[in-house]
Parts: sequence; C-alpha cells; structure tokens
Amino acid sequence: MALPFPLSDLLVILPELILSELALGILLWAAVVKRERERALAWASLASLAIAAALLPVAASFAGELPRSAFGGMIALDGFSIFFKALTLLAAAVTILFSLRFVGTSPYPGGEYYALLLLTTVGMMFMASGTHLVSIYVALELMALSQYVLAGYFKQEAKSVEAAAKYFVLGAFSSGVLLYGLSLVYGATGTLSLAGVSSALEAAPRSTLLMVGVVLVACGMLFKIASAPFHVWAPDVYEGAPTPVSAFFAVGPKLAAYAIFARVFFDGFGPRSDDWAPVLAASAALTMVVGNVGALMQTNVKRLLGYSSIGHAGYALLGLLAYRAGGAAGQPEAFGLWAILFYLTAYLLMTFGAFGLVVLLEAKGYATESVDDFNGLWKRNPLAAGAMVVFLLSLAGIPPTAGFVGKYLLFSAALKAGWPALVVLGVLMSAVSLFYYFRIVRAMYLVDGEGEVRWREEPAVAVAVGLCFAGTLAFGVLPQPLIALAKSCLLP
Amino acid sequence: MEPGLFFFWLFSAVVVVGAVGVVVMRQPIHSALFLLLSFLGVACLYVQARAELVAAVQVLVYAGGVMVLFLYTIMLVNVKRQRTERYLHRQAVPALGFGFLFLVVVGGVVVNEARALAGKAPAADPAALATTVLGSETVLGNTQAVGWVLYRDYLLPFEIASLFLLVAMIGAVVLGKRTMERFD
Repeated sequence: MALPFPLSDLLVILPELILSELALGILLWAAVVKRERERALAWASLASLAIAAALLPVAASFAGELPRSAFGGMIALDGFSIFFKALTLLAAAVTILFSLRFVGTSPYPGGEYYALLLLTTVGMMFMASGTHLVSIYVALELMALSQYVLAGYFKQEAKSVEAAAKYFVLGAFSSGVLLYGLSLVYGATGTLSLAGVSSALEAAPRSTLLMVGVVLVACGMLFKIASAPFHVWAPDVYEGAPTPVSAFFAVGPKLAAYAIFARVFFDGFGPRSDDWAPVLAASAALTMVVGNVGALMQTNVKRLLGYSSIGHAGYALLGLLAYRAGGAAGQPEAFGLWAILFYLTAYLLMTFGAFGLVVLLEAKGYATESVDDFNGLWKRNPLAAGAMVVFLLSLAGIPPTAGFVGKYLLFSAALKAGWPALVVLGVLMSAVSLFYYFRIVRAMYLVDGEGEVRWREEPAVAVAVGLCFAGTLAFGVLPQPLIALAKSCLLP
Repeated sequence: MEPGLFFFWLFSAVVVVGAVGVVVMRQPIHSALFLLLSFLGVACLYVQARAELVAAVQVLVYAGGVMVLFLYTIMLVNVKRQRTERYLHRQAVPALGFGFLFLVVVGGVVVNEARALAGKAPAADPAALATTVLGSETVLGNTQAVGWVLYRDYLLPFEIASLFLLVAMIGAVVLGKRTMERFD
C-alpha cells in the first residue's frame, strides 16, 4: 500500500520528532539514574534543545522551498514558524537553567520535570507550524496538559497545588470554549484547514453562526494569552507555581498562543477581520488597563510580574490588530506581524531576566517574594540591582532597551492600521507601569536592607540572566539585525 | 410526528435530563449515574445520525471505561458530602445569568441557522459519509471510513494525540505517587 504522505514530510517535522524522542530517552534514563546524579538529566535536556535548534535550519533546507506544507496541509514550515520555534526552544532552555537548583534541592524527581518541559516544547513547536484547526488544537492541548502538571509539580506546596488546580480547571474550560467555537466554524464552513476556512469565508455570505464561532475562538485564545476579561487566572498561577515554571508560563505558552492567534485569525479568519477586530480592540484596551492598574496594588513580585505580563499581552494584541494595515500589497500587512516578532523576542529577554533575578532571590519561605525583599539590594549586589533596573526599564518601555524598540514598533504599526485611541491608551498605561516598576527600583536603591534575604550564587541562573541582560541592551541599542531577521522570516 | 423525529426528541430529552441530573444531585454517585444516562442518550443520537462507530465508541469508552473509572474513584475516595454544606453560593446567581445569556445567544443562533437550512438538501448525506472513495477503491461502512480518515488525513494530529496521552500518563504518575526521600 502506498504511503499517505511523501517520506520527506517527516523532514519537515524533524526537530519536533527528534526532540520528542530525546524527551522519551530522558524519561527512560531518569528511571535508572541515581538521585544525586540527576543534574546530568538537566544538561541532557539542554543538549536536546540545542540539537532541536540545530535541526531547525536543517529541516528548512531539506524541506525544499518555503513555505512547505506537510501531512496533507496539517502543518507548514515557513519563516514565521521557524522564528517561533527558535523562541520557544530558547524559552525552554532558559527555564532549564533556572530550574537546576530549584528541582535539584527539592524532594521531587527531576527526570519527569525535564521530560515534561521538553514535551510541552514539542507541543509549542507544533502549534507554531499548525495550519489546520485540528493539528493546532491537539498541539495546544499537548502543551497545556504538560503545563498543568508542571504547575503542580511541587505537590506538597499548597500554593503550587492550588495554582495547578486553577490552571487546569480554567485551562480546560477555555479549551472547551475554543473547541465549541471551532465546531461552529466547521459547521458554517465545512472545513477545518485554515486555507479552506479562509476561502469559505470569502465566498460565503455573512452568517451569525460563523460570527459566534469566531468570537468563541477568540475568547478561547484570549484565555490562553491571559487577556482581559479572561486574565484572572494568571497572577494566581504565576504566584503559586514554582518560580522557574512561572517564568516559563509568562513566556513560553504565550509565545505559542500568539503564534496560533496570528495564524488562525489572519490565515483563517482574515477575510472577516472587520467582524473580529473590534472584539480584539476592546480586549486589548481592557487588558492594558486591567494589567497595569492591577499591578499597582501588588506587593508580591511574582504577582506584580504576572499583572505586568497581562499588560504586555494587551500591547501585543495591538500588533495583531495592526496586521490588517495595508492590504493586498503584502508588505505593509506584515508590518504588525514583524513588530510582534520583535516585541515577543524582547518580551522573552526582559521577562526571563526579571524572573531570573527573582529565582536568585532566596526569600524567607516559598513564594513570598515580596517587593520588600529587594530592599537595599544595591549595597549587597550592585550588579544584580543594575541588571534588574535595566529589565524593569525595558518592561516599562524606556530607551535604550529592547522593550522600548518593541513597543515603538507595535505602537507605530497600530497607528498605521488606524487605532490611534488604542495607541494613546497604550502610552498612558506605559506611564502608569512606571509607578509599579519603580517601586522595585526604589526598594533596591533607596530603602535600607533587612538582611533576611540572601542572594544565591548560582552560575547557571547568572549566565541565563546575563544573556537576557546582554540581549535586552543589545537589541535596544542596535535593533536593526533583529528587525531584519524578523522581516526576512515573514517575507518569502 | 414521524418516528425519527419522535426518537430524536426522546433521546435529546434523555441527554438533557441526564446532564441536569449530574449538576443537581448531591451524592457524587448519583451524579455519575446521571452522567451515564446522558452518555447513553448521546450514543443513541449518534446512531440516529448514522454514525454507528462513534456510537459504539461512545458506549465503550465513555459509558464503559470512563464511567467505571469515575465510579471506582468515587468508591475509593469515599466522598461524603456534608449535609450542612450550602448547595448554592453567592456566585450561583451571576453564573446562572451568564449561562442563560450564553444559552440564548448561541442556542438562538444555532437554531436560527438550522431553521434556515431546514428546507434545503443536507450538506452531507449521512449514508454517503459511510462510503469513502479513495482512488480506485471504494470502502464501505463507518469503521473503515473513520479509519481511513484517521490514519491518512489526520495522521499527524493522531500522533500528537498519542504524545498527549503519554503526557497525561506521566502527569498522573508524577502527581499520584509518593514523594521520594531525598538522598536517602
């Protein structure tokens, strides 16, 4: 019997294939490895991620001309997906560096932790290249299920379990909403491939069924990127989950969710952008306000970063809205999209940097990383305090940092697309964000320390934070190479 | 009323009664049994829609496997409801309001769409769905048709789903087993 697909389709998913194999290998190895040698598993996981990253260009060159569709239109390999895959691999690698001590000194086994982290990365990579609603949905669930387990991995910590339970229930609920929306879209168009949905939308008359379906899909996706009014879970989960896992949640799943958001809404629902753009615009406005105003009242750094990441989800939504600027010409259309790519890279660097410093902060107990713990930090560790200032400046969007360039690109894309009111709101909210970011700066430089908080000398985390620091500054001063890279990924 | 329509309403009523029963029963075991009733109703609806394989899977996997697991868990955990526990709390009113709003909007749209389609020929003939033509071969029957689609068109999602199930298993083991003593 003939194979249903050419064998070369396997090359398209080569990085994902190898990474899942290696994840299973690590799982098997974990069964026999001695407890005190578990650190080797972490290094093996890092090596697996590096191998997958190295295979990305290999897959791209073997796959032939990009964009290359595979498995009957289930997934596609293109610049967009390669960019996102590289980012998710980077996010997973940084998370492993953060986790070394956390997992190593905990009473919990490391093997499953790293294997789940790798498998969730596989899910995110499939999400980034999915071009069919079924493959996108299944990949999304693969990512999400691994994350529910990771959130509750430290299962004797009440807060970790609470975070996992909340994440699981709300995640399952949002998946249900998403799936119901997808079923309505299928009912209205009769197809699940994004290209098919798109052409059906162009041909079909306006139908309320379809609109309800699209809105439900949007609600499900807004849940996943933690946008208002579906953001409530985020601060609780970030606060309760183990800090390295929180850092990962604030970056990894969001990147993947943005990838499918962009893919589904532009490639799939693009012809009906007039219908869904107001919904996204309303959510973007609400998200920026709720995230930034909510962060003002937080005293826990992880919660504060959680709210701030909600605010950032709002900014990134502006980029999604801006995608429709221009039109058939193609060039201006991609403007919003490469602004998103740049912004998400910057977001990854600065968020991981800030979370990394929280990981380094050895606070009194579990998950009590209050702003006060940063008191007088600059006296004890001027280097760390300086790095934190840079990350916070970048998060607030102040030059010369990558966060500023990213925000600038997003806002100008949104202006071009005709959303001036949203841009004004975004700028206002960035000003608001300065208040709470500078509460941490004030604690570090102006308040005397209490000495209760120790700083861990941890080379792995320090290296990761150092890399984030270098990236945040480098892309802030010299953004052109990254912009050029993002552009070249989008334009064939 | 023609018999097909009569049975459709009958099975639908069974599904709805079962679903409501799951929510309002106070004993978990009663909820589980109502869930079983709902599952069986859905299976009957599948048969009516000529999706015999899906109906069989529904009975085997959901009414069979999943239900047995539910019942085992309930018996093992030995959940005892406190009689004093309040059944409705303050979130109930807004939740009911939102649920009702959702039902009206989405249900209204779906019913409207169905009404509009009522006179027209169905988009897909149920009998034709069970006949798949692939190249020169014609395969008959639901099972074969689903098999063809699952292992050809949807091969990749199928494989990702297998990874997903693996993750579910790892997760259950990780969260379920006792914590190991460190460096003992």
